[in-house]
Amino acid sequence: MLTGTATYVDDIKMPNMLYAAMVRSPHAAANIRSVDISKAAAHPGVMAVYTGVDIKDVGAIVCGVELPGMRKPHHTVIATDRVYLVGHIVAVVVAKDRYVAADAADLVEVDYDVLDAVGGPEQALAEGAPAVHPQWADNIAFKFEQKGGDTDAAFASADVICKQRMISQRMVANPMETRGCVASWHAADRALTIYTSTQIPHLARTILAGMLGLDENRLRLIAPEVGGGFGCKLNVYPEEAIVSFAAMKLGVPVKWIETRRENFLSTIQGRGHVDYWEIAAKRDGTIVGVKVKIIQDLGAYFQLLTPAIPTLSVLMMPGLYNARNIHAEIVGVFTNCVPTDAVRGAGRPEATYGIERMVDVLAAELKMDPAEIRFKNFVAADQFPFATATGLNYDSGDYANTFTKALDTIGYKKLREEQATARKQGRLVGIGISTYGEICAMGPSPAVAAGGWESATVKVEPSGKVTILTGISPHGQGEETTFAQIAGDELGVPIDDVLVLHGDTSIVQYGIGTFGSRGTAVGGTAVYLALQDIKEKVIRWGSMLLDSNDVRFEGGMCIDNASGKSVSIQTIAAAAYRAMKIPTHSEPGLVATRFWEPGNFTYPFGAHIIHSEIDPKTGQVEIKRYVMVDDIGNILNPMIVDGQLHGGASWGLGQALWEHAIYDDAGQLVTGEFMDYAMARARMMPWIESSHTCTPSPVNPLGVKGVGEAGTIGSTPAMVNSVVDALAPLGVTHVDMPLTPEKLWRIISASQPEAN
Amino acid sequence: MTQTISVTINGKPYTHDVEPRLLLIHYLREVVGLTGSHIGCETSLCGACTVEVDGRAIKSCTMFAVQANGASILTVEGLADASGKMHRVQEGFWNEHGLQCGFCTPGMLMVSKQILDRNPSPTETEIREGLDGNLCRCTGYQHIVKAVQAAAKAGV
Ligand code: FES
Ligand code: FES
Repeated sequence: MLTGTATYVDDIKMPNMLYAAMVRSPHAAANIRSVDISKAAAHPGVMAVYTGVDIKDVGAIVCGVELPGMRKPHHTVIATDRVYLVGHIVAVVVAKDRYVAADAADLVEVDYDVLDAVGGPEQALAEGAPAVHPQWADNIAFKFEQKGGDTDAAFASADVICKQRMISQRMVANPMETRGCVASWHAADRALTIYTSTQIPHLARTILAGMLGLDENRLRLIAPEVGGGFGCKLNVYPEEAIVSFAAMKLGVPVKWIETRRENFLSTIQGRGHVDYWEIAAKRDGTIVGVKVKIIQDLGAYFQLLTPAIPTLSVLMMPGLYNARNIHAEIVGVFTNCVPTDAVRGAGRPEATYGIERMVDVLAAELKMDPAEIRFKNFVAADQFPFATATGLNYDSGDYANTFTKALDTIGYKKLREEQATARKQGRLVGIGISTYGEICAMGPSPAVAAGGWESATVKVEPSGKVTILTGISPHGQGEETTFAQIAGDELGVPIDDVLVLHGDTSIVQYGIGTFGSRGTAVGGTAVYLALQDIKEKVIRWGSMLLDSNDVRFEGGMCIDNASGKSVSIQTIAAAAYRAMKIPTHSEPGLVATRFWEPGNFTYPFGAHIIHSEIDPKTGQVEIKRYVMVDDIGNILNPMIVDGQLHGGASWGLGQALWEHAIYDDAGQLVTGEFMDYAMARARMMPWIESSHTCTPSPVNPLGVKGVGEAGTIGSTPAMVNSVVDALAPLGVTHVDMPLTPEKLWRIISASQPEAN
Repeated sequence: MTQTISVTINGKPYTHDVEPRLLLIHYLREVVGLTGSHIGCETSLCGACTVEVDGRAIKSCTMFAVQANGASILTVEGLADASGKMHRVQEGFWNEHGLQCGFCTPGMLMVSKQILDRNPSPTETEIREGLDGNLCRCTGYQHIVKAVQAAAKAGV
């Protein structure tokens, strides 16, 4: 990667390879009267043009979620008679190079009968809204309800009830590498090889084989280097099937690489909530109940996990607090927009944002310090394992301790005093707190679509070098390093002797993949367990070679406890493959495979505090200090962990301050390029002061919890709470994200007309 | 209709017939076969395609290959010296964990080199300003800033 030699999908070139370009609908809702491919097909250099009719035998897009009474759209890979979103594919052009393919795609003539569209979730529910799917009279895909305790009684007994409507706006995952794939067909073996930029190689193989009608074991799916995924590549998309179809038809390799514009339009997005929160409390700040009604913008159809995401929000709604009475309702609605699905945090950021904002709203109502009200309501260290009102079982934690460390680090008391002084001078200074919790290490199989276990094979080769085959599919999370470290520690071999392979379904045993902060906690545990099996075998072979019943394995050596004589793992490996003599009840070779099923999720947590100041003349937010203390259990590689947290924070701050996928009423994505869609750049990010506390997870033998999404989840509420706190002297109690300078400037100038 | 161009890339001369509309990034990646420079947007907003043309960092999706005729180009593949010893910005990214998925990295390395070529001891703010044209969705930039700081130190 540092020398430019890593291979991503677009770096793959094959003999006779052709390029595909998709023809996409410019309308969010329209009937297709006709598709005329004649000009495109006649264009020099074009090999084929396919429409929805040609590809009708390829299966529809797969959604792995079932909810009671849910309406599931049947979404074919190419539209035939109706388009449901801007970017919906209506034809594909295959040509000799990408320029010609793009030229010819422009020559496909589609006659549309344009219909009224639904551009957002509240519009979808409005009286007289057009039906996104004509076969259903309204746009409600499902309703879902979850209760814990007795919320009605709790609210009746409360001294104070606070209500707030909050929006978690749609955001675009935008990995720097867009999606893309290369497919090649070997007719003689009825075998398809597909390179695709994915987080789930094996699941994608199973799904694609089903869609294409191929034998699963004859489809080889390879995820080469993947330039970021963040959930959006935890999916199988129409293009992967279309490109495979074209390669099979034409008998030559076909490549498709998504443009950034296509990525904005047709790769899943995240969030898309309108939430109505209510929190009930006693006058002393004790929270007695929480309610939320979630309107989830699902988009026009379902990708792999679309309907499941808001149910994760519900699970997380009590946050870190002893809230025993909860009531959540979800209304999932169709819109003429690209589907929402799992994007970094997936449901938990929305919930954490909600509860952490509500705790601040409550504190403001009760005129309590937001730190004090949190201490008052935390689940205490001696309550673990803690069964939540939403049915989770928090594994371990000491919330007050972590929060205290964050408060001490930033010097909370003194900062509040400084704030008071600044306020007297008319400055808009804010201190925002978020004490967040997280559901990680996904997860117990019954709770995860397609299973939540993970697999690993450890092979000690005859030379003593170690090869690890992991079922996860790292693409920036650094498990190649972390797993080599685990193997190095367990087997006493140099880290350089360990090679970690992943992402090739013909090499690696079946696995689930990388998402839900599961790589190390679930995948790493499978590796750890396979290493324990290897150690047992090593001891058996060592005993035989040393002719002793009393040996130990230490630092890569089997040592006879009586004589002190030793034999190295390298020598043992050679003997295990040479097999001149074999220990009783043993077999040649030094290989172990384990599939690990986690008994629970893990629940990392932390405290983020942001000190900010708003420039009243411009509405610009300046982050003066950002302190995060995260407890993710044991830490195997601190540098990798911090990198995950920093990156996560750039997302959470993005949601709070900058990012917004805006659809207009016609279902057109207004912020559909990097020019209009603002993401964190180097100058926009503060220096992050990150430290940790550690309550090891009892769920896995490594004691780790997971870190991929923590920064994203913890940062957003801290940022918004900080800005709202800065604006509190103006009477502001809530502002919807993103907190753009324009929005803040309007609020400030409306309240201080003389200042402008 | 093609035009003939001659360029020097990473010290090696190349001559090709290219279409006038061919972007420099596509020329480098598809014609020459140097796939280290990446495409993140094709609209000059992400910096993944950054290379040096005659000593100046440019986004190679913003330039046609024919415009580079006669130029000397440096790409990420040419950053290490002939013996394979990594450039100090590469060392910095390696030691400070300045990359995760690695997709933005070639562009980040090229722009980091440019920052240091122009200003051997930049402040944190100057580094951030220098990196501002390059997007990274993974790191939150802190380790990239540290990597450039480390590279600056190694240069003095
Ligand atoms: S690809 Fe050139 S700037 Fe993004
Ligand atoms: S390391 Fe992934 S985009 Fe920068």
